Amino acid sequence: MSTATSTATAAPLTDQRRPTPPAPRRQDGARARSLMVHALSLVILAVVLYPLLWMVMSSLKPTNQIIGDPSLLPTEASLDNYRTALAGIGGISAWTFARNSLFLAVVSVIGTVLSSAVTAYAFARIEFAGRKLWFALMIGTLLLPFHVLIIPQYIVFNKLGLINTFVPLLIGKFLAAEAFFIFLMVQFMRNLPRELDEAARIDGCGHVRIFISIMLPLMRPAIITTSIFAFIWSWNDFLGPLLYLNDPEKYPLPLALRLFVDQTSVSDYGAMIAMSVLALVPVMLFFFLFQRYLVDGVATQGLKG
Amino acid sequence: MSTLQAQPLRAEASAPAPVDYRRARRAETRSGYFFLAPWLIGFLLLTAGPMLASLYLAFTDYNLFRDPKWIGLENFEKLFNDSRYLQSVKVTLIYVLVGTPVKLAAALAVALLLNSGRKAQGFYRSAFYAPSLIGASVSIAIVWKALFSDGGIVDLGMTGMGFQPGGWVGDPDKTMPMMILLATWQFGAPMVIFLAGLKQVPRELYEAASVDGAGALRRFWSITVPMLSPVIFFNLLLETINAFQVFASAFIISGGAGGPAGSTLFYTLYLYIRGFGDARMGYASAMAWVLAVVIGLITWVMFRTSKGWVHYSGETK
Repeated sequence: MSTATSTATAAPLTDQRRPTPPAPRRQDGARARSLMVHALSLVILAVVLYPLLWMVMSSLKPTNQIIGDPSLLPTEASLDNYRTALAGIGGISAWTFARNSLFLAVVSVIGTVLSSAVTAYAFARIEFAGRKLWFALMIGTLLLPFHVLIIPQYIVFNKLGLINTFVPLLIGKFLAAEAFFIFLMVQFMRNLPRELDEAARIDGCGHVRIFISIMLPLMRPAIITTSIFAFIWSWNDFLGPLLYLNDPEKYPLPLALRLFVDQTSVSDYGAMIAMSVLALVPVMLFFFLFQRYLVDGVATQGLKG
Repeated sequence: MSTLQAQPLRAEASAPAPVDYRRARRAETRSGYFFLAPWLIGFLLLTAGPMLASLYLAFTDYNLFRDPKWIGLENFEKLFNDSRYLQSVKVTLIYVLVGTPVKLAAALAVALLLNSGRKAQGFYRSAFYAPSLIGASVSIAIVWKALFSDGGIVDLGMTGMGFQPGGWVGDPDKTMPMMILLATWQFGAPMVIFLAGLKQVPRELYEAASVDGAGALRRFWSITVPMLSPVIFFNLLLETINAFQVFASAFIISGGAGGPAGSTLFYTLYLYIRGFGDARMGYASAMAWVLAVVIGLITWVMFRTSKGWVHYSGETK
């Protein structure tokens, strides 16, 4: 969070030091306008960041001072809430929940990247019979509400005895179930020069060789964007684990948080908020490290958060 | 290698060039399906299959423990006499019809603001985008609940401004504004898309319009909106579909029950309660299909009407 505030103040300062290009007549008007834009942007920034700041600051306050305290700064900051949060719930340490979340997210990333890249290669680079039809169906799944799938999927996984395992949460990732990522990679591949694979084909390379040694290395930016989004979506997922996991030992962080909410109600708001902060740390970390990839991914592909 | 074996004898008799061509095409198709296999298996087993299965279940009485019993349209008839179901439809429709335009208006307004001043645009763009990444998480739902609870920050602020004291979480009239504010707080993702669209609008258009004496408002309606219409359409479609699917925040804020007085009983939440809480899986499947058909209709209507107001100019996609 401190990184956010420091860049917040640093960015406008450095910008103002840059010499403004001479524009004699309109300079005053332009400067007033630029000031207005900045002032408004700062107001919006305050509104947008307030809930996050409130969350971090409240996590340092004693429980009874959290709800009705309008000031952000804690009178006496302490890490007690974090100690309680890390101790966990019902004898299960918070690290167990974090480990489950991390495992699910990492395996999701691997599965999503592999399966989406392979699928995207088929759509972008191979002229096969039926390609247009499958592509249209793939795009169609983007508009499909997940509700129509969860009940029969649950029934099947239940029949297969896979409830309370990670399999239902992960299998879709290896089968490119998230059409957004295929779409993103197809768009990216279409912009890569075709001469590359044509040259390789003349040299006798098959599709597998071309995919592995030419396409994959060139697709790094798309793979990075996909990985970050796949990680964050898996990390934040609530409905999937809620449906399929019932042993608290297997819970990822969002479900553990819900346990906190159910079991503690108002009595330990502090620990609950501290746990909420901890659950967001990896996402915020990714955000600070890869914001370019994230925001550009959204700008070019319409990927949502 | 298998290409050679699979080659039918008859083809050898015809002219050599087409044979090569056809053989190459067949090889391409084989490679195509080889690469497509993971997605295709997933599509058939995790999407198409379950869709058909839930269509069947929608016409049955099924609870996981007994075999499904065919009951025709009974589930659908029950839906329209189920007051809780009708409540969930109402809640969801208000959320979609009010929340989505509000969120998109905020996104467009901020995008226009950022586009007018170029300084530090990248920083603001990233910062405003952050809530979109985490807005649907349980953590933020907990924070929202705390901010809007009885005696919380919002309550204090509103009381300070002379409004009736009281938390929003427990007031059935105020939970919807609270949920819409949560959605609006995540204006960043559509804003980033709007900004990308605004970059594509040629500056000369504005300059020419200014020379002709068009004011700021006129320029907005006659240049920005039509030039941006494909992006507006895209955002509208995406955000509408997403709004139908809100779940985690409503679940956490209402403790999984959709209260108070059913005011946060979103469609997805009620579907979860009936399907997984009461194990009424046939009934829930009927609910899911009604929703799928409604979303399909909305998408279709949007595409049909879009021809009237979405303008695709040559090179801007």
